[in-house]
Order: sequence, then C-alpha cells, then structure tokens
Amino acid sequence: MSYDVNGTSVEHDEEGYITNLADWTEDLANVIAKAEEVDMNEEHWEVVNFLRSYYEEYQIAPAVRVLIKAVKKTMGPEKGNNKYMYELFPYGPAKQACKIAGLPKPTGCV
Amino acid sequence: MSTLHTVNKSPFATGSLQSCLSHAKDGDAILMFEDGVYGATKGTTLADAVAAKGGSVTLYVLQGDADARGIAAARLIEGVTPVDYVGFVRLAADHDRTHAWL
Amino acid sequence: MDEKIKKFLYVNRKAPYGTIYALEALEVVLIGAAFDQDVSLAFLDDGVFQLVKNQKTDGIGVKNFSPTFRALGDYDVTKLFVEQESLDERGLTADDLQDIIYEDEDDDWAEKPSIRIVSRAEMADVMADQDVVLSF
Repeated sequence: MSYDVNGTSVEHDEEGYITNLADWTEDLANVIAKAEEVDMNEEHWEVVNFLRSYYEEYQIAPAVRVLIKAVKKTMGPEKGNNKYMYELFPYGPAKQACKIAGLPKPTGCV
Repeated sequence: MSTLHTVNKSPFATGSLQSCLSHAKDGDAILMFEDGVYGATKGTTLADAVAAKGGSVTLYVLQGDADARGIAAARLIEGVTPVDYVGFVRLAADHDRTHAWL
Repeated sequence: MDEKIKKFLYVNRKAPYGTIYALEALEVVLIGAAFDQDVSLAFLDDGVFQLVKNQKTDGIGVKNFSPTFRALGDYDVTKLFVEQESLDERGLTADDLQDIIYEDEDDDWAEKPSIRIVSRAEMADVMADQDVVLSF
C-alpha cells in the first residue's frame, strides 16, 4: 500500500500511516490530507507542524488531550480546545493530524 | 498494610532477590517460585541474608517448583514455608498489594 | 463505577536497550496516564540507566526513547523516584541524569523537577505506600 507523490510511491500501513517517517514531505502531507478528505489551510498546517516539532523533541505522538493542552499553552485557548481541533480534523486531531504529519499512530490510540 | 513480594529468577542470574530483600518491610511476605526457589536453599552465598530477613518477613516457596528442581524440604532455609498454588492465591489475597520482582 | 483514585507505582529495574522491558514500561505509563490515577515511577538497580543523559542510539538501530521521559509532565506524571544507592553502585550521580521538569498547574505553571532522589529506605516506603505496584 502506498501514496503516490508526483510519481514517487511512499509506503503506508493498512490504516494509512507512513511506514518510514523519513519519507515525509509537505507534498506527501497534501496527498495524505486529500485521502483523508481534509482541505489543508494555514490552521491545519499550524497543528501539523506543531505535532512534528513535538515528535522531534519527545519522540512520541501525543495523546489527544495532551496535544490540546500543549496547543492551548503555545497557541492560546481559542485553538487549544476540542471544538477547534475536531473542526479541523473531524476524525480526531491526534489520529488524523498525526497521519498527515507523517508520525506513528499516537501511543494509546486503539 | 503489607506487601506480598514474588521472586521468580535465580539469585545467581539476577539481583532481583537481593533487591527484594533490601526493600521488603517488616511484616511483608516473600514468595520464591520458578527459578526463584534456589534462593530459599541452604548453603548458598545468599542463605545467611535470606535467613536473617526471615526474622522480620515471612518466607515461602512454591512447593511444585521446589519439587521439580529436586529441592527436598530438608534443604530449605530454616523458616521457609512451602505453599501450593492455592496457598499462593491465598497469600496474594491476604496482602494489600503484590510486587513482582522480575 | 468506583471512581476512587488509586496510587500506581511503575517499578523500573532494567537497563534501557538490552531488553524491551524499559520501553514497554514507558508505553504502559503513557497509555495508563489516560485513566487519571495517581502515578509514580521508581527507578532502581539497572533501571537508573534509563535516565542517563546523552543517549544516542543511531549506532544500534533502535529508537532512542529517553527524550520521551521529558514528555511525562504533559501526561501529569510528575513523580520519578530514583534510588541513591543504585546510582552510587553504578558510579553515577544525579548530574549524570537528564533534567526532567513539569509545570505545576497549581503553582502558576512554575517549572519543577520531576526527578526525586531517594534513599533505599525511602524507596521501600514509597513502594509500601501504593495501591498497585507494576514491575518491569
């Protein structure tokens, strides 16, 4: 199973998470987002980039409540809340945004 | 409020028994099973330490594991009580928590 | 349902990369953190090696999970007890361990250290003070 990014194929698992984290590019993120039916705008990118830097620092994809708490702290309460996050990523911010960010499925997500 | 400690590794392979002995509180129980039963035998380099701890904690071995390894009752350190599986369950139920020293 | 908050202690006694215990323990802690219990971690014996700073695993092809300990504060896991005698036996001091801090919600988000160095006797007291002890 793979995504097609401008003619190159990038392998993913049965749930759509990419197999090799180093394969990630912004073009790939757009391809995954399209498969997820997420229309990427600046606000989506803000969360995706936040997740990538969280992973870079701590080597984990945070659980939803941890993500929301961390976003609240760095971007403010108008973004760090469930409603805002689920409007951006209807199938779950941690799950869907992590997939687009090229991260593994968050620890603790079943 | 007391703890049942369990040790299932030979004291000659890991430090689990030793660490258990130095963290168990008065009134706790230590059950040695699987390869842990070697820690309950006389004449080892640890036997004195185990026997001394027997003054403040109660020591048990799982009978089946001792039998399987050819450890007769006479070779057990003074004060070590053999229990069967039912006894193991009863010990777990009679203490407030179980701490498995892996 | 019984909503009583229980005290959980995760006991870490193994070095980080020789076996899978350390990584598995950390994952269980992260997953278990969703259940709003009173969680503490204990590091003794070879478990103290898990917290040593400057771990670099590129050469052995496994994931370096030591940075993840620094995320524990986000998961409201803020008590990491480390046994002094175990450090001494291994030629380590508290300075050899990475800094792990959390932000105290009840104290204007002040940054506080999560690592608490305790003696063997104090560690025994910590263990005796729990509802559930999970050992790795």
